[in-house]
Amino acid sequence: MATIALGLPATISLTRDHVRRGRRVKNQVATIGVVSVFTLALLPLVSVLWTVLTRGLARFDGEFFTNSMRGVLGEGGGAIHAITGTALITGATVIMSVPIGLLTAIYLVEYGKGPFARAVTFLVDVMTGIPSIVAGLFAYAVFSMILGPGVRSGVAGAIALTLLMTPVVIRSCEEMLRLVPQDLREASYALGVSKHRTIRKIVLPTAMSGIVSGVMIGIARVVGETAPLLLVAGFTDSMNTNLFSDRMSTLPVFIYSQWANKGVNAAAYDNRAWTAALVLIAFVLSLNLLSRLVARVFSPKVSR
Amino acid sequence: MTATALKTHSLSAYYGDFLAVADVSMTIDQRSITALIGPSGCGKSTFLRTLNRMHEVIPHARVTGEITLAGENLYDPGVDPVLVRQRIGMVFQRPNPFPTMSIRDNVLAGVKLQRSRLPRSEADDVVEQSLRSANLWIEVRDRLGKPGAGLSGGQQQRLCIARAIAVQPDILLMDEPCSALDPISTLAIEELMLELKSTYTVVIVTHNMQQAARVSDKTGFFNLAAVREPGRLVEYADTTTMFSKPKKKETADYIAGRFG
Repeated sequence: MATIALGLPATISLTRDHVRRGRRVKNQVATIGVVSVFTLALLPLVSVLWTVLTRGLARFDGEFFTNSMRGVLGEGGGAIHAITGTALITGATVIMSVPIGLLTAIYLVEYGKGPFARAVTFLVDVMTGIPSIVAGLFAYAVFSMILGPGVRSGVAGAIALTLLMTPVVIRSCEEMLRLVPQDLREASYALGVSKHRTIRKIVLPTAMSGIVSGVMIGIARVVGETAPLLLVAGFTDSMNTNLFSDRMSTLPVFIYSQWANKGVNAAAYDNRAWTAALVLIAFVLSLNLLSRLVARVFSPKVSR
Repeated sequence: MTATALKTHSLSAYYGDFLAVADVSMTIDQRSITALIGPSGCGKSTFLRTLNRMHEVIPHARVTGEITLAGENLYDPGVDPVLVRQRIGMVFQRPNPFPTMSIRDNVLAGVKLQRSRLPRSEADDVVEQSLRSANLWIEVRDRLGKPGAGLSGGQQQRLCIARAIAVQPDILLMDEPCSALDPISTLAIEELMLELKSTYTVVIVTHNMQQAARVSDKTGFFNLAAVREPGRLVEYADTTTMFSKPKKKETADYIAGRFG
């Protein structure tokens, strides 16, 4: 009796092979589709990395990292002046844009209400879309107005880059601060902790890993900028460590000028450009790795 | 005659234009446990949050009426809500230890963030005393430097209680402190509440009528006439009276499980 009652009709048997086969085929088609699209997207990246690596290694030597291009017309020479310039200008950019960006994000998340906050958000969105050459022209115009036409300096470049980096920092910090659970703020208020201390001691440390990686993304965004720097920081063959006077070379501009103004020995100029590109990529890559490391140090601890 | 810890006078709480709790006047006895019960959405949690001015943390939320603590109106314009919350602590429904801090730093968070310096020996005392009061000391004394988020749910909730009592408040508000916990952790917290009432005034919101009956000295029953109507305090009496012979039919129906 029991077996009859439990006996299932063959049509709804648990092993309906044709249904299983259909599902398996769909699964395989989808897997192949996803993998091939992913490979297609990866192809240019791998190709770029490979080309830069193979061509850039030719001049990846001591001379490249110790010499400038002062008085070099053919082979030899280096990019130390451009590496220094990139480090100085990027550093100045970070010093200017991180405080402005972080404080704006704190304002928007913790204090901002009403039309003013909405206006700030809107302007940040607009700033995110500024073409970099426009930021360069802005910095050029500002410095021309104050110091006379044609003035070029590292700090002008840093101001142009700050214009580009600040909205990126604001956006990512804002997102990270919004991710901090409201529970934690309330827990802190309920302990009789004031709002500014809650932000400083609870909200910021909790969001710190995200903020750090946001800043790193911002740096990666501006470190490869060429157009605004070509315009306002200019180009020089010599070392310049003073942000506030004279032209200052940077890696992207160095790459451009090596490629654009080849001398008699064209191969030497090409090789230097490739090596500079390699250095730039390695710099961005190591920033990414560093941000992951920093994020891990700062991230909330949950392990036992 | 027990002393009064806190007294509300025609207290109403709003979210924007919506009146969530209307006209509550009640007296909370010192060193006792007062339970607030009622169906979901009746405003008992909102009312609890008005007691230490946490209600106004929510945008557009506001309060009318009076709450007196030792003769002082908490809603006086000159009163600093930060100082109110230092005297009236709160434990939340979901355990919320600070994820970036160790167990020790979690306990010290309130003390350290209120005033800047605390000598190490004094800090050690605060940590041990608070964790002992929260019945957590023996379980965590070997791993005070470990992250607070690594504890079990019940331990995290007791850590939050330790954190709340480390700042030595007069009153401790608990917003459904056991609703996210298993029965054994719930029992631990209930035992803890009974110990705490010798030092603190405890006000607890609970969905669990048995819990109210087990731990509280007085019980207040909140209810609302209909959805979108404000919650009101229907009846407030000694817990034994409330559960044996409530005056109002509404209360009797709720306690008997006929609605809610």
